[in-house]
Amino acid sequence: MKKSTKILLNNAVTYGIVIIAFLLCELAISGTVSGFKISRSLKGQLVPICVYVVMAVSLNLVVGFSGELSLGHAGFMSIGAFSGIIASQWIGSAFPDAAPDAVRIIAALITGGVIAGIAGILIGIPVLRLRGDYLAIVTLAFGEIIRNLLNCVYFSADGAALHFGFNNPNLPGKLIVNGPMGATGVNRLATFEAGFVLVLFTLFVVMNLVGSRSGRAIMAARDNRIAAEAMGINVTKYKMIAFVTSAALAGMAGALYGLNFATTQAAKFKFDTSILVLVFVVLGGIGSIRGSVIAATLLTILPEVLRGFGDYRMLVYAIVLIVVMITTNSPLLLSLLNRVRPQKAGIAKEGSDA
Amino acid sequence: MTQTKKFNAATKMVPVPSQAIVPERDIDKQPVLIASHLGIEFGGLKAVDDFNLIIGKTEIAGLIGPNGAGKTTVFNLLTKVYQPTTGTVLVNGKDTHGMNTVQANKLGLARTFQNIRLFGNMTVEENVRIGLHNQVPYGLMTGIFRLPGYWKGEKKQHEMALDLLSIFDMQHMANVKAGSLPYGAQRRLEIVRALATHPSLLLLDEPAAGMNPHETEELMENIIKIRDQFQIAVLLIEHDMNLVMGICEGICVLNYGRVIAKGTAEEIQSNPVVIEAYLGKQKEG
Repeated sequence: MKKSTKILLNNAVTYGIVIIAFLLCELAISGTVSGFKISRSLKGQLVPICVYVVMAVSLNLVVGFSGELSLGHAGFMSIGAFSGIIASQWIGSAFPDAAPDAVRIIAALITGGVIAGIAGILIGIPVLRLRGDYLAIVTLAFGEIIRNLLNCVYFSADGAALHFGFNNPNLPGKLIVNGPMGATGVNRLATFEAGFVLVLFTLFVVMNLVGSRSGRAIMAARDNRIAAEAMGINVTKYKMIAFVTSAALAGMAGALYGLNFATTQAAKFKFDTSILVLVFVVLGGIGSIRGSVIAATLLTILPEVLRGFGDYRMLVYAIVLIVVMITTNSPLLLSLLNRVRPQKAGIAKEGSDA
Repeated sequence: MTQTKKFNAATKMVPVPSQAIVPERDIDKQPVLIASHLGIEFGGLKAVDDFNLIIGKTEIAGLIGPNGAGKTTVFNLLTKVYQPTTGTVLVNGKDTHGMNTVQANKLGLARTFQNIRLFGNMTVEENVRIGLHNQVPYGLMTGIFRLPGYWKGEKKQHEMALDLLSIFDMQHMANVKAGSLPYGAQRRLEIVRALATHPSLLLLDEPAAGMNPHETEELMENIIKIRDQFQIAVLLIEHDMNLVMGICEGICVLNYGRVIAKGTAEEIQSNPVVIEAYLGKQKEG
């Protein structure tokens, strides 16, 4: 089969899975089919699932396609969350009657994406000069810096005016962001539908980017930096494109996340969150977009499903992770898969050679 | 093979100032490469010292020398993988001082690598498309939002890639993963990929390494074909003397980072300094 048709088919399957999952969830929420219903706790997880899918897919762009380990993805998420909340709350304060929810959500998503993208540029300039472990550690540091800075930020809206204070809570009007207390009194505008659209948008951007000239340049820079440069590819530029796109999408995810809760503190976006998203990416398969979608969904649901285990919930969660990692990497299972799908044999053989 | 011999007989070498050997047909044209007093030190070790070379517009030149003589280092200096500590490199008359590898490539230098550096996980066609990166440009947003420019660009890249692959008769392998190709085919693909960047000077680092005699002969014919078709110059490093002596119009011999001889194949073969570098000193008496 031709490679381009294969990619098209592959992408169509990914879109299909997401759309079918969405329709099934909608059906379950509406409860038209008796017995097919979604539990309350799971319903509350729908928006976070969308958020984590977007986070995982966008991180996969950096880790999988650009080949750089980034440990500060939650930092961009938090920037997106706070700027999104500020945008939506400000619109609510400036135009109390004239702003429908949809406009506020879209404004929040765009603001979150843009501001996180700008942060991505600022952080990318120093970070992308480094390679390998050094890059990972510096992204981790930037993630922590962002979180600590957000602890000192105050924003308030006074009618149409937006006030900003650094370490200074004495602002006129109603406080939107209150330093370490975070954003309080947020209108919970996030809906599952908005999340679904954001997931589709992310898939659209990432898959099309990967399939374009720029995407090939990104992967060439990952596979062999020296050869890519010798072919006239500006490696730094394309690493930057991947990094900033990823940051912007994480910002949009963050904005949706922020609008899903009445209060949001910077402490929510700790190092654990970055690692959690990285776990989704690694478990779903580095460089596999569909894998990221599925892994993020299942691993976000898993803690809810495991509620029956009570206090041992996270222990079981960890064990599930370990078992999945070991089994998906076991040579026995791989050779079994190869027997079923002969065309994949070449890939596995090459992996063992390397 | 007959083609190459005929070609050699027809070409008369003309020396130009500074000992460069440039074929007659290039004499009144600007040389594609002028390297003068090029040198690099690695912590006091002079890996390459006072390297001078002029390559004509459509010349096939060879760079030979014993192992560790600094041949690949010269390539790395020309393509700016290393910044030279002394000397200048002019490509098509433009000084490459302070440039990086990407800029050197845009100026017209394309190379292959001694230890093949293909993008092994990509298909053959995608590898060539990477080479076409700057030849068929379209913007980032055009790619993401699949604007008309994307479809036009992709179609053009596809056609150009197949065209280039046809030089080595590799079109039917377009969808094969580059990493799973046989060794000889990988070397050929690297040449195609380098050609895709539209160079004026093609630098080949041991293009015949790992090829069987039959493949080598084909390669010789193809190098000449590429030169004639694209009107470009070729500088190659090679240990296969049949290839070097067969197609190179000018040969430069390097030993311990210094040029010890320059000339045509006949001159090099009978040069006592070259023989000494390769075989050791002849016993006296």
